[in-house]
Amino acid sequence: MRKQGLQIAGFAVVVAAIQLVTSVTGNVYHLTQLTMSAYYSLVVLGLCILTGYAGQISIGHAGFFAIGGYLSALLTTHDFSVHGGPVVSGLAAMGILTRRPDLYGGELLTVHPWPACIFAVLTAVAVAYAIGGPVLRLKGHYLAMATLGFGIIVYRIVLGTELVGAADGIYNVPAFPLLPGIAVSGKFSLRVMNYYVAWVFVILGMVFLLNLVHSRVGRALASIHGAEDAAEAVGIPTARYKLKIFVVSAAFAAVAGVLLTHYNGGIGPSESSVMKSVRYLAIVAIGGMANLWGTLLMSLLLNFLSLRGYFGTFDDAVFGGILILIMLFAPDGLLRRQLFEELKGAVFPAGGEKET
Amino acid sequence: MKLLSVRSISKRFGGLQAVDNVSFDVPQGAIKALIGPNGAGKTTLFNLLSGFLRPDRGSVVFDGAEVLGLMPHQIAARGMARTFQQIRLFPKMTVLDNILVGRHLHSRGGFVSCMLHLPFLRKEESSARETCREILEFLGLSGQADAEAVRLPYGQQRIVELGRALALDPQILLLDEPAAGLNIRETAKVGKLISRIRERKITVLLVEHDMSLVMDISDEIVVLSYGQKIAEDKPASIQEDPEVIQIYLGESDA
Repeated sequence: MRKQGLQIAGFAVVVAAIQLVTSVTGNVYHLTQLTMSAYYSLVVLGLCILTGYAGQISIGHAGFFAIGGYLSALLTTHDFSVHGGPVVSGLAAMGILTRRPDLYGGELLTVHPWPACIFAVLTAVAVAYAIGGPVLRLKGHYLAMATLGFGIIVYRIVLGTELVGAADGIYNVPAFPLLPGIAVSGKFSLRVMNYYVAWVFVILGMVFLLNLVHSRVGRALASIHGAEDAAEAVGIPTARYKLKIFVVSAAFAAVAGVLLTHYNGGIGPSESSVMKSVRYLAIVAIGGMANLWGTLLMSLLLNFLSLRGYFGTFDDAVFGGILILIMLFAPDGLLRRQLFEELKGAVFPAGGEKET
Repeated sequence: MKLLSVRSISKRFGGLQAVDNVSFDVPQGAIKALIGPNGAGKTTLFNLLSGFLRPDRGSVVFDGAEVLGLMPHQIAARGMARTFQQIRLFPKMTVLDNILVGRHLHSRGGFVSCMLHLPFLRKEESSARETCREILEFLGLSGQADAEAVRLPYGQQRIVELGRALALDPQILLLDEPAAGLNIRETAKVGKLISRIRERKITVLLVEHDMSLVMDISDEIVVLSYGQKIAEDKPASIQEDPEVIQIYLGESDA
């Protein structure tokens, strides 16, 4: 536990150092992409615990991200004043609906971001419960196919629904006032603050997941990955554990979806596309599968490069390629723990240990 | 007193009657062995008792309650632990961690409390570790606690699996060929371990091919052949039983 505390502190120093470097070198505009990378990292960390540790693959996590982002965007932009009626005025009296000015000087009656966020995340959690039950009985490729199917369904629904803007998505999403004085917002003046807000979320998520990994539950999840029948035989309710970690993982994706949508001020259907899910999985794979720190570093690096446009029009192809190469040559992931030992063994073959 | 009572249990796989109307009891504190030629249905019977397979017919009363139809993890929670014929250790985990997983039922931390690392977990974790270190000592594996379990020699892997099952603090331990693939010295060590496990007030039901081990440590033996029980008696009488001798000498695959 002490070692984890030091790792977390070290990472916080790195986050602060990156911000200082951007301000010294005059690259403050990089903070926007770094902030977005942070939110994508939340999705990837949630997927890392599900796929890397518990061994349950998902190619549908963009679906949960989109459920979070779209619901929060819809509720905070839809003008409820056109509906009227006692329900609407009741919600307004409770503070769930609030009045805010729109871009043209008029007034909108929309859901406050807090209840919208809670509703969006709870909905994603409910969907994860509902589909997780039947889907997690499947293993390997079958589970991959089923989650892929879920991702495609969410994509087609948002693309075909006028209410959520179809191909245009939803824009003019307001800032999310998290606490007095702290808001998730894409405003230039709030750029540095939002960089820190985003990474605080990542560090919090990281603390939760590291705690989980180094606990009774984490061991149980790893045992399900390693030998499911043996896990069941020592009394671990494997079906329930798989469902719970699937829901936790979906909740991470949904929270990220909500926050990034408020940061960007909108969300479009590409956020729910299958290629996004493939990208998340590719990052977990290159990060070392059961390696939260490796996954986080790779997520920061690759998302930043992608968002800065370094991969150009090959963006999706780069991530697809990473996934294929990892599966072919390093199915345990690239930044895995034994990597250094293996490299040492390759360089000094005489000192290598005997295989059993 | 009967701890486990199996009544008229049957299981059919397509055209094969794997277990056919088998009944027997396991008294509290006994070491009971299931023997029989390959394909006699011993492992199938183990899978039926521990909930990994559902029988077509029959009843299994364990510690006074019917356990048939329960999930394997529920049966484990009632106090039945098992090992596997093909070793099923958790890869990428140390020996200690493998055995710690066996303590799962004796700790309570759930998803939320583990994510928040609530204070009660620290105590729970340290007492689990202490118990597991004691088990490693009992098994003579203290020196290997931090080794990766699946990299140990085969004989030690079997012992780690035994230790993981012991960590449940079970009332009954089902051992599926604990001496399979072991040399004479290792087999003798396993035999001694099983006797010492009984001293810990744990009832043992084992499937085993090594006759000298079975005859040495068992109180009672059930003989299966083609899914049916053909004999049940003390080791000395089983060795004299003409039908048992005929099965073992008449078959070439024992």
